[in-house]
Order: sequence, then structure tokens, then C-alpha cells
Amino acid sequence: MDKILNVTLVGVGGQGTLLASEVLCQVALASGRDVKKSEVHGMAQRGGSVVSQVRIGDKVHSPLIALGETDVLIAFEKLEALRHAHFLAPDGVAMVNDQEIRPVTVSSGQAEWPNDLDGMLRSAFPKLELIPALAVARELGNVRAVNLVMIGALSTHLGIDDSIWRESIAALVKPQFVELNLKAFEAGKSAVTACG
Amino acid sequence: MQAVSANRRVLSGNEAIAHAAWAAGVELASAYPGTPSTEILENIARHHPDVYAEWAVNEKVAMEVAIGASFAGARALTTMKHVGLNVALDPLMTFTYIGANGGLVIVCADDPGMHSSQNEQDNRTLAKFARVPMLEPSDSQECYDMTLEAYEISERFGTPVILRTTTRINHSSGIVDLGDFTRKPRGDRAYEKDMTRTVMVPMFARRQRVALEEKLARLSDYSEKSPLQRIERGGKTGIITSGISYQYAREAFPEASILRLGMTFPLPKTLIREFAASVDKVYVIEEGDPYLEEQVLAMGVDVRQPEISLRIGELSPDRIERLAAEVHGEAPLKPKEAVGNLPARPPVLCPGCSHRGVFYALNRLKATVLGDIGCYSLGAFPPLSAMDSIVCMGASIGNAHGMQKSGSRDAGARVAAILGDSTFFHSGITGLLNIVYNRGMSTVIVLDNRTTAMTGHQQHPGTGRTLMGQESVEASVEEVARGVGVKRVRVVDPYNLEETFDVLKEELDSSEPSVIVSKRACVLSLKAREIHQFSVDLDACKACGACLKLGCPAIEITDQPSPNGKGRKVRINPVLCVGCGMCAQVCKFDAVKEAVSP
Repeated sequence: MDKILNVTLVGVGGQGTLLASEVLCQVALASGRDVKKSEVHGMAQRGGSVVSQVRIGDKVHSPLIALGETDVLIAFEKLEALRHAHFLAPDGVAMVNDQEIRPVTVSSGQAEWPNDLDGMLRSAFPKLELIPALAVARELGNVRAVNLVMIGALSTHLGIDDSIWRESIAALVKPQFVELNLKAFEAGKSAVTACG
Repeated sequence: MQAVSANRRVLSGNEAIAHAAWAAGVELASAYPGTPSTEILENIARHHPDVYAEWAVNEKVAMEVAIGASFAGARALTTMKHVGLNVALDPLMTFTYIGANGGLVIVCADDPGMHSSQNEQDNRTLAKFARVPMLEPSDSQECYDMTLEAYEISERFGTPVILRTTTRINHSSGIVDLGDFTRKPRGDRAYEKDMTRTVMVPMFARRQRVALEEKLARLSDYSEKSPLQRIERGGKTGIITSGISYQYAREAFPEASILRLGMTFPLPKTLIREFAASVDKVYVIEEGDPYLEEQVLAMGVDVRQPEISLRIGELSPDRIERLAAEVHGEAPLKPKEAVGNLPARPPVLCPGCSHRGVFYALNRLKATVLGDIGCYSLGAFPPLSAMDSIVCMGASIGNAHGMQKSGSRDAGARVAAILGDSTFFHSGITGLLNIVYNRGMSTVIVLDNRTTAMTGHQQHPGTGRTLMGQESVEASVEEVARGVGVKRVRVVDPYNLEETFDVLKEELDSSEPSVIVSKRACVLSLKAREIHQFSVDLDACKACGACLKLGCPAIEITDQPSPNGKGRKVRINPVLCVGCGMCAQVCKFDAVKEAVSP
């Protein structure tokens, strides 16, 4: 039995983390692997933190990943990356979208935004890849494509055939957005190379 | 490597149950939305329009509708969250005496850890209490397979069957092989009039009570031999488990022997004894109450009881790994520590939420507010801080009446009940009638946003549209209130803060019962948002903080100090602002202005 790959996706409600985890599941299915995904709907969607976990392997039992056993942490927002740092394995990789979204506790003055977030990220994550996904998506003309840029970046770590990624994306997004999302996926792959 | 086929899909537990209901030949599905069960009926309506599916006004009605279909010989489904079964328990407790004609399956979705609930009751006890056979799937594939099996059991033994899930089963996804995925044709079960079986007056109920025990004995035999029970042979440590707990146990105890129970009522007592005898020591791993443990202990089996308690909250791989360390006599695992002191990101009322104006007024009126179940529970938190209690669906109205009638002076003169439109139709109407009949004087505020917002925008009697997309009568909160005898019925636009405040004050100070309908559509359900937005003139802003009392996520504090240096000025985040204009109304310095459309 090979080792299970554990991926945790975190972000803020509305950023498209759920679609990203769906793509990952579809890719696992299409490449003949077992997969489980866990996420919680409901109250968390009202602008709160969102966590989604995907496990891929020959046989997966638990849909949840134990703390400290995530191999790849995909963070759509920097504060959320830090909040879930203890999810990551000691040799795990953190891929963090270079975007800050201030929670209402900060915008209303009840809490302070950390003044050295980048420094905190660097010390929390020995293997940190900061991905300019928002800038890349903006360049493509749609900020909502951030999630596919991050998926493109993730794909460089998994060694799964490119065509499977592309087919899975095409199967999951609305026909009119396939082209944009595939472009975002490609741009995400290059973004890693650029910052790597 | 598995072959890829069209009928192998990644499905959530809820999607799998929906597809299985269709494949099982279910003719009718009725439910009230409730996290984590809601998506089952949504998926039936979306993918299988050949199944009649409806949102019932509440779980009791849904259960009664499903029972009616079963009477008629059709296969029926009802789904609910755990607390929904409390509402639906009345018909269920007696229907077990009658028994099913057409197969009837009740999906009961528990929420350990209270991701989106007010308690974490473990409904396995209710299955035993009501004497309903219970199946517990451990993943999406089993959600599919066990739903099909549940209908077979239901018709073979003439009993409703509970499919008991938990949030982590409903909302997790896995690969499901749907097999040939065809719909079972309608069976030949007819409705046959038989008062001795279906009219539960004492003389017949006493007979059916005895018959029920005989039925349970036959179900116990089935439970012993059912392929739903599975032994995985391993070492001399034995684990008895079910549901999601099995998955965590299997990973944390790779060497152990495991008895995985798929049917947890009635329990297979012989099988459990034989399993216990085949290992050196037995542990029970289960989430929530000691439901299995107590029954296994009562059988005289020596169940080990570890130091680590699994009783409160949701189980996780971490908790079971810590248990494994204790069982193996290893050093306790050190919990992984999170980075401290980060600003929290709690859920908040959305920018432009129509509830905000009412809570803002209630805060200013210093009212005691008995609350209810919905997004508006967020009105309890600062800065709005305008809700005092949450008990259960519809409780706000009875609570307010009781507080008012109790003669207590501590609550102050202004006592109100507040609840949403869907909650009002669910179980608010009877409470309102009770106020009128008993000469109460409470003010009931109905936050009428024309949808069931919290569970993801389902239709309800006030929306004028059914689950299957048909147009229907649009029930009016105002007319219902007048119909039960309320003389003072007011309608306000919560975006108009002054009007809302004045009407609330007038009604709270009145000595007659009243209903205030706060009417504005949920901002999330608006298809085309109005483009106008607001912005802050930083020269005019005095950093007084009045707008911050609205608790709107779009209003942000800037780095610019006020002239006296005591506060910081604000701005409005243009990405979040939907243009409700409440902040412009509370600004005394005219600093908030409607922005020019781009």
C-alpha cells in the first residue's frame, strides 16, 4: 500500500476553495485512485474560515487528515495559511496565495492585523511557495479564477498527467468558463516556476 | 488501479442517498431543510424529477406525509437533521406500532461537534427508544448501498428504517460505484383498509404493541446474519465500532480485529459475544453517547474503558490516535499547537443583510429579545448584541409569552420574540395563536427575507414556489397573524432605520400582542444586485464610530486618525458594499455618500 497524499485547502468563504477540492477529487477518480474529501457547509459560509481536505491513495479510510499530517497546504489567503499551519507535516509544502482578506474583527477594530505576516509565514513554513494567484487571475481578466491558478500550482507537486487535470477541469466548470479556467490552470503552473 | 466507468463517481453522502432513493423506486420524498441533511432532497429534485419531492413546513408534517405514502403502498423518504427528529418523533412513535406498507426510510443526520446546530444529541438512542431498525453507513458508497438495503428491510419486516448519518458522512465525499443504476419499478403493494392495524385506539394498539416485539425479534435474527455487519480479522485487540468512527479506528489500529456494525439496532448480540470471545480485549470506539458500550456491557462483555474520553464533540483521527497510544501503552501524543493570537474570522451577518436594521433598533431600545434558529442568531453578537436566547425552532414566541406572563421585572418592559419567515411557518404559528388566546401582549418580529437562508436558500410556503419549481400560493405572514387574531400587524422595511425604530418602539410599548413583519429579500438571493454603492468622504468623517455599531463587514477602519486623535476614520470596501444605505442613515456628519456608478 502506498502512502496517502493529504491535501488541505483553506481560505475565506466565497473564494472558490470548494471547486478546487472538487477538481482534485475528479483528478484522483480519473487517474484510478481512491479519494475522500471532507468539508463542512452551513454557518461557516457567512464570510468565515473555510477548510476542505482531500486524501488520495490506493485505499483511503478517514475523510479527515490528522493534525500535522497534511502534505500540501493550499491556502487561498495568508492569514488562513497561518491559522492552519499546525495542519502541515514537518516536511510538508505550503502554497500560499499572496492575498490578504481582513476579517471583520480587524476591520471593526476589535483585533489587530499581524504586522509581519510575511515573516510569520516564512518562520511557520520551511517550505513556502508564495503564489501571486490574485495578480495572475486579474491579468487573465477575472479575479474569480484564483482557485484554478492555485490548482495549477498544486498540479506541479502531484505528478499526475496534465491531460487528466485538463479533462477534470472541463468536466466540472460551466462550458462558458472552461477556456478561462484552463488558462488560469496553465498560468498557475508557470507561477510556481517563476517563484520557485 | 480501478477501471474508470461512468457509474463510478465522487459523491457526497447526501448525493449518494439521493441517487439511491431514486434507484430504490422511491415515489415520494418530504423533508424540512436542516444542516447536514438538506442536500438530499435538493439532489433528488435536481437529478430525479420522476420522484415527487417537497419541502414540508416542518419535520413532523414531513414524517406524516411519508407515512401517508407508505400507507398507500409507495416507497417514501423523509430526511431531517437530528433535532428535526424531536419534532417528528410523535408520529414515528406510533407508526412503529402500525408498521410500513410501502418502504419508509428516515434519514436522520446527527451533528456531533455542533458544526451548525444547537445541541449534539445522539439519535441512536431515539431509534432504540422508538424501536426502529437503524443502519449506520461509514462512507458514501455505504450511503448508497445501505439506502437500498433499508428499503428491502422496511418492506420485508413492515417497519420504518432509520438511516443514521453524521455531518462527516453527509458532507464528506468518496467514490461511489452506482452499479447498473436503474430505477426499481413500483411494487404491487396496494392500500388495504384494515382498522385493526392502522387505527391506533387502545384495543388495537395493545395488540400491535405485542406484534412490534415479535417483529423486533425477527429483526434481531436478521441483524445477526446481515452482511451489513462485518468482521475484519486481525490481532488480539478487538474493536467494536460503527459509522464514521470505523474509518478513524481502521487507520489508527491497523493490526486490530474490528467488528464493524452496519446495523446498530437491534444489535447482533450473539455475533458481538462471539467476536468478544475471539479476542483478548475489547474496546468500543463510538462518537457521542455510550450507546454501543452500555448495551455491550449489559451483555456481560468485559469492555475496556480507556482514560481518554470520546464522549463530547466530534471524533477525529487525532483523538483516535491518542487513544491508540494509550491502548498500546505508548507515551501520550503531544497535540499540535496552532499559531497563537491571530485575529478570528467568525461568520457574520452579510453586508446589506436585511436583519441588521432590526437588530440595530432592538439594541437601541434595550429590548429583551427571545431568539430563534437561523442566520439571525448572528444578531446576538457584538456590536448588535440584540438577542438573549436560542432554544429550538419556533421557541422564541412561547419563550417571550412565558417571560411576559411570569411577572418578572428583570427582563424590563420591552420583551420581543424574533424569528425568520421559514421558522415562523415551521412552528411559530401555534405559539402566536397561544399568545392571542391567552391574552398575552408580546411583540413578535418576523424577519421575512423570503427564503430559508441559513441552509442555503430553500423554498418555503412564503416564497410562492415549490422544491420542484412549480408556482404556488405565497403564504403571507401578515394574513396568518391576522387570521389567528392579532390586531396589531405592522410591516416595516428594515433598510429604513428610522421607520423600523419607531414601529418597534410603538409595538414594544403597546399592551396588546403585535406582529411586526420586517420585509426585505435576503441579499444573497438577489439575482441582479443594484449597482449603487456607498463611500466615505474622509474629510467629513469624524471617526465617531456610529456606523461601526451596525457591525457591517464592508465598513473598515482606516489608518487615518480623527482630528482629535481619539479614533480612526472609516472607509467602505467597494467589493463588499451592496448599497443598503444603513450606514448613510446613521452618520450624523453626512460623510457617507452614494458613490457614482462606474
